[in-house]
Amino acid sequence: MSFQFTEEQIKRYSRHIILPEVGGKGQKKLLDSKVLVIGAGGLGSPSLYYLAAAGVGTLGIVDFDVVDFSNLQRQILHSTDRVGMPKVESAKKTIQALNPDVNVIAHNEKIHKNNVMDIIKDYDIVLDGSDNFPTRFLINDACFFLGKPLVSAAILRFEGQLTTFDYRDKNNSPCYRCLFPEPPPPGLVPSCQEAGLLGVVGGIMGTLQANEALKLILDIGEPLVGKLLVFDALHTEFNVVKLRKDKGCPLCSENPKIKELVEYEQACDVRF
Amino acid sequence: MENIQIDKELDLKGEVCPFTFVKSKLILEQMNPGEILRVILDYEPSVENVPKSMKEEGQDILEVKQIDKGLWEVIVRKVR
Repeated sequence: MSFQFTEEQIKRYSRHIILPEVGGKGQKKLLDSKVLVIGAGGLGSPSLYYLAAAGVGTLGIVDFDVVDFSNLQRQILHSTDRVGMPKVESAKKTIQALNPDVNVIAHNEKIHKNNVMDIIKDYDIVLDGSDNFPTRFLINDACFFLGKPLVSAAILRFEGQLTTFDYRDKNNSPCYRCLFPEPPPPGLVPSCQEAGLLGVVGGIMGTLQANEALKLILDIGEPLVGKLLVFDALHTEFNVVKLRKDKGCPLCSENPKIKELVEYEQACDVRF
Repeated sequence: MENIQIDKELDLKGEVCPFTFVKSKLILEQMNPGEILRVILDYEPSVENVPKSMKEEGQDILEVKQIDKGLWEVIVRKVR
């Protein structure tokens, strides 16, 4: 393997290169990799920021929203002077100021059945940091059909959840629908707009998502496949529970009911 | 040690830690196992640190020697 780094890159990535598990070889892998992050919000902000710092060469960002004052309590990619600016644009500015090695692809659009495959297909790994069930199910199903690893995190109040679905190896990885076969009925699970959220929980879970992505790219350690990590911020506790493949899963079982993308209705679009 | 066949030489005069090791490592990673690298250093702490870090990565240090006033050489065989 051969690689050529500039003097600036040698300095920038020196702490990576020193690691036996990374080295110049691993750093080149990072620079050659393409990661898609859905949502430039509470989870996407820290994951994107760390992936950019790490030198992930291509970062795609999907978000159709604009920066709002209510975001700034946790969404560290954005700032007060960017209120009203599309989030993907604000994210791109912050990332490029941090690391010009990163090529940022801004997808300033809402994900739906007809664009999700096209958006995802060119990336190596997908990170879900979305804030609603229809999007989560759509991303999961699309990643499953395309065989892309999906690092999924969710946050609410003082709790965070994280797991990795490795759809490159569908026989050995459970899927999101093994955990949640269908979206919950509208109103059953509150959104973070309704329930509140300690900002730092997004920072912790988003950073863990970035960690999962880096491990997948570098092919080191063990990804969090078949396990669900639950973080309790009030007691500072991490618990890991086993996730099993559901033999009757509507998506990944031997006789799946779902064979194409399904679009669910968004229960509520309340904005605060 | 006169008969060591050097495959690659790296002049790191003016470089300090940790970049002396980082730059040596980047060259070593692109060499084949068995090949030999000679590194020239003028930063004294690196004379200890570079061979130490190389050893930790499993490389074979063949020689660490002062070759002039304020100038040292480290000769290393790539193992992996």
